[in-house]
Amino acid sequence: MALSVTVTTSTDTATINLIGELDAASAPAFHDTIEQAAAAGVTHVVIQAHELTYMASAGLRSLVFARQKMGDEVRITVAGPSAPVARTIRQAGFDRSVTLVDE
Amino acid sequence: MSVTERIDAYPTRTIGGYGVRAGRPLPFGATPVPAGVNFSVYSEKATRMWLVLFEPGAEQPLAELEFPAAFRIGSVFAMTVFGLDGGSLDDERLEYGFRAEGPFDPEHGDRFDATRVLSDPYARMISGRDVWGTEPDRDRPCPYRSRLVPDDFDWGDDAPLRIPTEDLVVYELHVRGFTRHPSAQVSAPGTYAGLREKIPYLKELGVNCVELMPVFEFDEHDNPRSDPGTGEPLLDYWGYNTVGFFAPKAGYAATGRFGMQADEFKTMVKELHAAGIEVVLDVVFNHTAEGNEQGPTISFRGLDNATYYMLTPAGDYYNFSGTGNTVNCNHPVVRDFILNCLRHWVSEYHIDGFRFDLAAILDRAPDGTPLANPPLLEQLAHDPVLRHCKLIAEAWDAAGLYEVGSFPDYGRWAEWNGQYRDTVRRFLKGDPGTAGELATRVVGSPDLYTGRGTAASVNFVTAHDGFTLHDLVSYNDKHNEANGEGNADGANDNNSWNCGAEGPTEDPEIQRLRMRQMKNAMAILLTSQGVPMLLAGDELARTQAGNNNTYCQDNELSWQDWSPHETGEELYRFVRSLIAFRHAHPLLRGADHPGVCSGSDVSWHGTRAWEPDWSADSRLLAVLRTGDEQIYVAMNSHWEPHDLELPTPQSGTDWYLVADTAAEPPYDIHQPGAEPPLTDPGHYRIAPRSTVILLAR
Repeated sequence: MALSVTVTTSTDTATINLIGELDAASAPAFHDTIEQAAAAGVTHVVIQAHELTYMASAGLRSLVFARQKMGDEVRITVAGPSAPVARTIRQAGFDRSVTLVDE
Repeated sequence: MSVTERIDAYPTRTIGGYGVRAGRPLPFGATPVPAGVNFSVYSEKATRMWLVLFEPGAEQPLAELEFPAAFRIGSVFAMTVFGLDGGSLDDERLEYGFRAEGPFDPEHGDRFDATRVLSDPYARMISGRDVWGTEPDRDRPCPYRSRLVPDDFDWGDDAPLRIPTEDLVVYELHVRGFTRHPSAQVSAPGTYAGLREKIPYLKELGVNCVELMPVFEFDEHDNPRSDPGTGEPLLDYWGYNTVGFFAPKAGYAATGRFGMQADEFKTMVKELHAAGIEVVLDVVFNHTAEGNEQGPTISFRGLDNATYYMLTPAGDYYNFSGTGNTVNCNHPVVRDFILNCLRHWVSEYHIDGFRFDLAAILDRAPDGTPLANPPLLEQLAHDPVLRHCKLIAEAWDAAGLYEVGSFPDYGRWAEWNGQYRDTVRRFLKGDPGTAGELATRVVGSPDLYTGRGTAASVNFVTAHDGFTLHDLVSYNDKHNEANGEGNADGANDNNSWNCGAEGPTEDPEIQRLRMRQMKNAMAILLTSQGVPMLLAGDELARTQAGNNNTYCQDNELSWQDWSPHETGEELYRFVRSLIAFRHAHPLLRGADHPGVCSGSDVSWHGTRAWEPDWSADSRLLAVLRTGDEQIYVAMNSHWEPHDLELPTPQSGTDWYLVADTAAEPPYDIHQPGAEPPLTDPGHYRIAPRSTVILLAR
């Protein structure tokens, strides 16, 4: 299943909605979106992952990239990841880079 | 000008469908560069060389790119490949290897085999053994494929802890065995992530350094033997058989299946550091997984056999390691390889030190002769990147070169003190003639390490190799039948004593004596000058059922059982309190040997104060350390009690009881500040086979 990436931006928050599979092929689109959010100067990035069925390591790398690109003053939240996605994020230690919100 | 406009980011020719240009010979390995990846590999005698690219998991190569003659500088083949990003591969997914053509002439040391795809000696990651224990596809071409590691880990403010060596309490553990047992109750058993979950335990125990048994990529299936009982194949559980020197063991990572083992490993190191715990790696440079001429060709053998291995004049492998081959450590190319590897682990993984397996091999010349001034050891001692690393030698090898006390140290190297282990074990079981040597061992072995200080001596009673502490006091003989070698493997000279029955017993007297003997060992170890090293699980009385060589036992025999049980809890409390006592009293950690500007003094005592008994029949010795405070440790391995006349403490102080291994818990050890005064201030009756620690305040 292909990945659908949409972004909505308010004054200080960019919300990225991910639907489908974030694999190696679709990771660049996610990466580009994160770069745009970083450039928009928001203080909070929320990645809505409720409808994300799979996240490859390339997608996880994009989270690390986002963290370092935006600096500590920007909070990054991954909301509603599936159990396998959340587990992988925690085991690799990426939960130090982003805030996981299980919903 | 942006990075992508750099002129060196454009190909000069096309090979195998990829744009390429002459690469940079250094650094070796695969290095991301603008718009491409630079590949560099050394081979002295290869006549042709190919870069072989794979899609992840694909059986057959995607492409093979021969290095043009013009891309060879000296003996280095170097090529930058572009367009990997735009194609089906990118840095993260790329798998690669090398194919080398050259002479097959074993008598002259050459064993090229152009049918093999070889691993890159500098591979940052290796794929092929991503999940521990899964059955390998033995027909897969190039079973160990090289990969890149993204350089994006956020270390934050992490920095080396640089704990003074003499202040360390080292804890030797096996990453998998530490949390694999179901009783560990971690979310990812047997992994780096699982170890992370046990950091609070390590902190509570009080150790400030973990020494990890091999974590360089190895193949756990590299074991031809089977369990004699079940017929099931045995694994290489310990992993002293390196496949990839720059790559973390993927099967130890919960995220290895996603290729994220480097992230998981780094996160573990970062969190250990945050808890005040250093990380030392047990590294195996003395041999490789390629074995002798019967072994698999993985990398070195096919790239440059005569450079990387010590060979006899007839071209056969020297076997100083006991495993089939011996790495040619003092060849200049191999020296650089080892140096670069260690620099990699220090800079990329923030490692604090290294313990070198069979390190005596590191000072042998290419013909096997021990060198007085081995260039490798000197280089490691003075390297700027390794400057503050702990360097610890297992100062012997499998061919009889024994260098405890004489390992070329360059003012930097410490050693596993095998003589400390043997002396304490012999004293504990009551051997005659050991009191004198014990005296030397507990003050940092000045006979072995004159001028080097106590931190040169890593003191230990048990290590992965041999009995656990529980088994040391429960077995007279090894019981290695499960290893499938008819009990012929493992050391025979264990200096162990079963306390009256071989193995498990219901006899409460024997059980009590064993517990006391374990406490004695810990009390002596943790009050000795030098660096104490504990084997993981000894504080919980871990047993291996008398097996003293569990290299192949990936099961309950090796795994740490965390189930709370009476014996474990009692010993754990005792050891934890002893470690806290050591941390609280610098007098026990003096970096200088007695009498060397140390600001402290050591004196010896027997049943009479100031009158030590050095006779062969003596089984009692007391050491008094005097500095800003005074600590008296009496060690009695006699089967009789003795009435000790205590030395008079410094003016204005009295003796207080810290520990008595013969006392029932909780009176076996007292918490700081709660030590009771002696009922008879000048005397103490020491029980049979026990240790007493007193503090003057």
